Amino acid sequence: MEVIRAPSQILSVSASLVDPAHPAVVQLCADLIATMRVSPGCVGLAAPQVGVAAQAFCVDVSAHPKARTSHGLIVLLNAEIVEASRNEKGREGCMSVPDLTGDVKRATKISVAGQLPLNGERVLITTNAFEARALQHEIDHCKGMLFLDRVIGAHALYARKIYLEPNVTEDS
Amino acid sequence: MTSLAITVVGHDRPGIIAQAAEVLSHCGMNLEDSSMTLLRGHFAMTLICAGAADSAEVEAALEPLVNGSLDVTVREVPEEPDLPPLGSSYLVTVHGADRLGIVARLAGVIAEAGGNITDLSTRLSGALYVLVAEVDLPRSADVVALQARLTEVSADLGVDTTMRLLENDQL
Repeated sequence: MEVIRAPSQILSVSASLVDPAHPAVVQLCADLIATMRVSPGCVGLAAPQVGVAAQAFCVDVSAHPKARTSHGLIVLLNAEIVEASRNEKGREGCMSVPDLTGDVKRATKISVAGQLPLNGERVLITTNAFEARALQHEIDHCKGMLFLDRVIGAHALYARKIYLEPNVTEDS
Repeated sequence: MTSLAITVVGHDRPGIIAQAAEVLSHCGMNLEDSSMTLLRGHFAMTLICAGAADSAEVEAALEPLVNGSLDVTVREVPEEPDLPPLGSSYLVTVHGADRLGIVARLAGVIAEAGGNITDLSTRLSGALYVLVAEVDLPRSADVVALQARLTEVSADLGVDTTMRLLENDQL
């Protein structure tokens, strides 16, 4: 799916709760994962970023050097942060804002409640560091927020310095 | 003892700061506070220096720096007293589709509320315009009303604006 870039109204909309069992929702999750997988450096993708105002996102920080705790591929619906502490500054980027990065303060210790697609099982994910940051970033997307809204100062926004090339793989 | 405000703007190349600082040092001018950045690829620097030389002397000494590709201004400035902040510091962030009037109108709203912008950065990235401003608001300011007005004007401009209380240094 095509990732929508700022400026775009769809990125500012507060997304709706979804029915985990609905076929369209299950398909959306599959599409989010597939799009994340083909995007170099992408560790998370939320439904608003592909034009759908739904509370759905996927995250996978397992390959990221800054990750400590990692739950591998996470797909979460109707997620909310239930506990957050230990704010730290870190630099973030976003596929919807491809040419900028910014310093953002996020909790490095969080618990997130949400539902899994298909059976709607309620899960509680407790994590830290980079995975915590990624989850907060995606939950923000579902609230219509970009990292730009949380940049910590007038000199905390930067031109992106590193662009990753897409991997071309043999299999589909 | 004079205080000079100097600006250097124009074509970027390695060595501008080294050259300018050497000239000032040679003139006996002590470089105090300065700010330099690249704005859309252009070199842009402002600095305050103090010493015995006057603006004419320094301007003449900086002439070689110009090299046909830089604009240099030198102005004598009085010493500014260190004023305490008006009140609390807020951070205003704006992003949206670029168009005429974003900074003018939103800065106008802030000024109407008695706010003083103490740090500002704006950047045009493709069609995306981003503004981040630190605002000093007097204690008497109606923060809720300001937030509402910012939201109103932002909607009219088609941009998204957030205003947050800036955290104090917590060391």
